[in-house]
Amino acid sequence: MTRLFDKTFWGLTIGLVALFALNFLLEEWMRTIGLQTLSRGLVAIGLLILWRAGLVSFGHALFFGFGAYTVAMLQIVGVRDVFLLMICGIFTAGMLAFLLGFLLRQYRAIFFALLNMAFSMILYGVLAKVESLGSTDGIGIEQVTFLGMQPGDDSYRFVLFIFAVVFSYVSALAAHWYLKSTLGMMTMAVRENEIRVEYLGYSAEKAIHSKYIISGVLAGAGGVIMAVTVGHVDPDSMVYWPVSGDFVFITILAGTGNVSATFIGALVYELLRTYAFEFAPEIWQLILGGALLLIIMFLPDGLWSIRSEWRHKKAIRAANRARASVEK
Amino acid sequence: MMTPVLKVQDLEKNFGGVVAARDINVEVNEGETIGIIGANGAGKTTFVNMVTGYLPPSSGQVEFLGKNLIGFKPRDVTKLGLCRSFQVPQVFLSETVFDNMLVAYGIAEQVGWNLFRPIHTDEREHRVDQQLSRYQISDYRDTPASALPQGVRKLLDIAMATVRNPKLVMLDEPTSGISVEEKFDLMDIIMEALRQESTTVMFIEHDMEIVERFVDRVWAFYQGEIICDAPTAKAMVDEKVREFVIGQEYHPAHLQGDANA
Repeated sequence: MTRLFDKTFWGLTIGLVALFALNFLLEEWMRTIGLQTLSRGLVAIGLLILWRAGLVSFGHALFFGFGAYTVAMLQIVGVRDVFLLMICGIFTAGMLAFLLGFLLRQYRAIFFALLNMAFSMILYGVLAKVESLGSTDGIGIEQVTFLGMQPGDDSYRFVLFIFAVVFSYVSALAAHWYLKSTLGMMTMAVRENEIRVEYLGYSAEKAIHSKYIISGVLAGAGGVIMAVTVGHVDPDSMVYWPVSGDFVFITILAGTGNVSATFIGALVYELLRTYAFEFAPEIWQLILGGALLLIIMFLPDGLWSIRSEWRHKKAIRAANRARASVEK
Repeated sequence: MMTPVLKVQDLEKNFGGVVAARDINVEVNEGETIGIIGANGAGKTTFVNMVTGYLPPSSGQVEFLGKNLIGFKPRDVTKLGLCRSFQVPQVFLSETVFDNMLVAYGIAEQVGWNLFRPIHTDEREHRVDQQLSRYQISDYRDTPASALPQGVRKLLDIAMATVRNPKLVMLDEPTSGISVEEKFDLMDIIMEALRQESTTVMFIEHDMEIVERFVDRVWAFYQGEIICDAPTAKAMVDEKVREFVIGQEYHPAHLQGDANA
């Protein structure tokens, strides 16, 4: 059991407590950034799991949008409870990933990446054309309830933020423990050598399929949080291919070293985008592109590699000190 | 009467117009050590690939412990207790030797929801260390597989292949790429480890000295067919084997012994 309560567990738990405390100090716009960070961070965890298996998806807006539109559709029929919306959003995105997974698990590399994009563009086309799904205007979403309770306008985002933080904490922890399980370790095994995985007695395709479903579920959950945060869903902001690009951006920014890093990457991305748009509205894409370029050039393993590098240097210094003391 | 572990009947494999294997009829008895010899392209690896589910045969039957393996995937064959190693070791190169073995045990010991349990457990780590010690690669425990010498990488490949204590193991050229001085030591380690588990062994080998020392029975492949299935000493003096496989100039060790006497 002690192996479950490792540094990442404590790091995430401290993060949870810190965000609870911070929630009392945050202004509305900061909470919105926080909620969007958690939403995109969840999707990035799913991409991290795929990435560790050597797979990149340029189309996870498909599941993100599916989760978000599930909220919109259910609200039309009167479902407003965020817990129920989350369960349904996860279920629909997970089912979609389960079904598509039978095809996707047979592909690797660029084919896997672009097939995902192709499916997300099909969904985009459908959503943009079908009137009953809001077409390009999208669908507005009302304030949600929390187990039947409706907070007042002034405390709505406060409560929503707590919900999102707790959900993200549980998801991140589950993903972390999953990656330490046998099935989780197969992310590495599949990336490194599928033949050996098969000859050890497990289906590499099945392993990829399970990771695909998990990533779909997380993206769906991210979509639910984004939909209730923004209060509106439309094809351009939920399903269009640059949305998938944002998730890949965050995963590159964060690195695949640790699930906690995805939230740090998502926060840096949100701040970068918000302030770039605020201070340089004409060239904000240029700033984002430049930032991505710098990350790839100087931190190819993402922000998490700063920590890994620091620990590596610390270990070398300790080894040198030990050697010096022995020589004395 | 010996129990056949593996029974192959009329096995054939065609790649378009090319016949890679034909008319293969053999049996392997429990506890035997079989040596598969033959020139490059004679059909040895094709045979192993067919038996272990990597290649579907064009026709014929493969029975392992009474079960027909035709249509089985490699993972199904592995689960039944027929495992294999490769000419080019199939390991997880960026991971340490320990982690390679840990994943191997993790997969081998999977039962339903166990897959979601932490891969690191004290019992499993103990088994990993035992296996590393059995194959004498404990010194490389924390070395990435990519940095291993070829011989150690071969041992790791075989150690991973045998985590399920298979009934039969097929080794594809376990000593290829190994220096002459190291070959016998390597084979001693492998055979000793496999004997501890009472595993029936088949291995493809080009070095006849290795074959003579470790093998009970030889299958000699030539142009996709088995031209000789006989005890080692007999196979080494078989005319067809000498003409098509080992060469007339090779002098079997048991005859050299006679000559010296």
